[in-house]
Amino acid sequence: MKILVCVKRVPDPETVIKLTPEGASIVTDNVKWVINPFDEIAIEEALRIKEKAAGTEVVLLSIGQKTAQEQLRTGLAMGADRAILVLTDQVVEPLAVARVIEKLVGTEKPELILMGKQAIDDDSNCAGQMVAELLGWPQATFASKVVLGGDQKGAQVTREVDGGLETLAIPLPAVVTADLRLNEPRYASLPGIMKARKKELKEIPLAELGVDVAPRTRIVKLETPPKRTGGRKVGSVQELVQVLHDEAKVI
Amino acid sequence: MVNFDDMAGAAVEDRHAVTAQVLDTVRRFVAREVIPVASKYEHADEYPQPLVDRMRELGLFGATIPAEYGGLGLDYTTYAMIVEELCRGWMSLSGVLNTHLMFAYVLQMHGTAEQKARYLPALARGEHRAALCLTEPHAGSDAQRIRTTAVRRGDHYVVNGSKMFITNARTATIYSLVAKTDPSADPPYKGISLFAAEKDAPGVTVGRQLDKLGYKGIETCEVSFEDFRVPAANLIGGAEGRGFTQVMSGLEVGRINIAARAVGVAQAAFEDAIRYAQERRTFGKPICEHQAIQLKLADMATKIEAARLLTRQAAGMKDRGERVDLQAGMAKLFASETCQEVSLEAMRILGGYGYVKEFAVERYYRDAPLMIIGEGTNEIQRLVIARSLVQRYKI
Repeated sequence: MKILVCVKRVPDPETVIKLTPEGASIVTDNVKWVINPFDEIAIEEALRIKEKAAGTEVVLLSIGQKTAQEQLRTGLAMGADRAILVLTDQVVEPLAVARVIEKLVGTEKPELILMGKQAIDDDSNCAGQMVAELLGWPQATFASKVVLGGDQKGAQVTREVDGGLETLAIPLPAVVTADLRLNEPRYASLPGIMKARKKELKEIPLAELGVDVAPRTRIVKLETPPKRTGGRKVGSVQELVQVLHDEAKVI
Repeated sequence: MVNFDDMAGAAVEDRHAVTAQVLDTVRRFVAREVIPVASKYEHADEYPQPLVDRMRELGLFGATIPAEYGGLGLDYTTYAMIVEELCRGWMSLSGVLNTHLMFAYVLQMHGTAEQKARYLPALARGEHRAALCLTEPHAGSDAQRIRTTAVRRGDHYVVNGSKMFITNARTATIYSLVAKTDPSADPPYKGISLFAAEKDAPGVTVGRQLDKLGYKGIETCEVSFEDFRVPAANLIGGAEGRGFTQVMSGLEVGRINIAARAVGVAQAAFEDAIRYAQERRTFGKPICEHQAIQLKLADMATKIEAARLLTRQAAGMKDRGERVDLQAGMAKLFASETCQEVSLEAMRILGGYGYVKEFAVERYYRDAPLMIIGEGTNEIQRLVIARSLVQRYKI
């Protein structure tokens, strides 16, 4: 079977983010870029499926600038077979991302699309759902466990929902988005890194796909979270309860 | 599309991309797997087998071995950065690689085609692990004075003698064994030969494991040879009397490794110190706002940066095929002295916390002298540098 894994280049979660003076974007100098951590989990899951089911091909897809090659090479070094980079300098919103994926599904014909449940930069959490909707495929989001049927015709996906777990049975082809506890991704071995240099990384200009990627939204303003102030010590449990009730009004 | 087997044939931007990816993997390995357990292994002086196994899985044993022999073919600049990163976590781990890749280098440069084909792929996979048997109880810096002999008997040599301070003696499977095939040669180095000696043969005894100040977890032992037979086919390069030159060429790689280790340990000490200096408050403010501490931090970071640049300069020259004995010696000298100073300064900044085993700073302080003494003491290093300079500036 063929698995398409969607990969976004995002700032390293450990990077200290600074806003530009006009406040509608972030300063990108000295930012370390990584694979969106949830997408990395999606790659790992695809590789685990490939290890169990011989003949599985794992294809990576990213949309963005040429620099996203780095993240695709890392995914190839982890063990993916080949990669596609849709080149564009413009900001691509979730719906545009979903349309690009839909378009490429037409040529790639994967049985399974794996992607992170959301990207840690804009936290939109909707590309996966939109892809499923556009394709008319079943979706299982926030996956914490994926078990592929022996006949590769369907999958059982356990989802993390509020207060528990939900297990869905879905027929393939389908879209599955990865949550944090699905797996712990491997990191690229050094031989994997060297091998990845020879794997195919195909670049397609976005314009060639003929997809409507016109933005529907505009970022007006970004703000950093308020600075954390120090905590407060209370003298007794009784006082704590009183403060939580009277001042914080949470109980 | 990018297409190359190893870094030697790659364009600059591709080499940089490979270096960045390799370092990313090594950093993650160090952060996730090494730092959390380093002190535990170190304090117990326990061999970190799981970490060594992971290093093998990650491909580190083939780091600088050319791709045609199944290695990664990384350049020495990348190798120096790998060593630095490993040592930010735990210096001992780089010791596992050093004698191994030095031997691989010597084989690659001086071995016969048959020797390279037989050993380099197994070394690259980490199936063979190499140690260097050079130093003897009475001969370290004055390496020409070794007494171990190898006497030709038909199709093999018979080795007798004892070696001292042999890193990886127990875990290695093959020794890069230096012995005299002509004890009466004058000058003595012309009677020295080098062998690829597989350890799995009668006549070799790995003696007691030395209890060291630092550099713990990795064994350093006495090794003795008694009528130990090495096939004549394992004489490196197939000719006697070249061993000294062959080993010395490997020591250039060794010195780059030691310099990079020192930079890594110093960097770790600095990072611990600058973090602590922001957390610890005295007289109403974090100590990093006191000039006494600021001066230390600035000097520490400046010296580390200088040591790092010297190390990378030497590695870069090696990559370009230039002679680097002088630069590798300078890098080793400066970086190791810097490491000792920086680890002591880190200890001063942490005060009592720097002196107790709950924090890693005392470990850096104990590890630092190894780099001053090992791979040619800094005293010998200075002599070699001076001699080389006088040659270069001869009037």
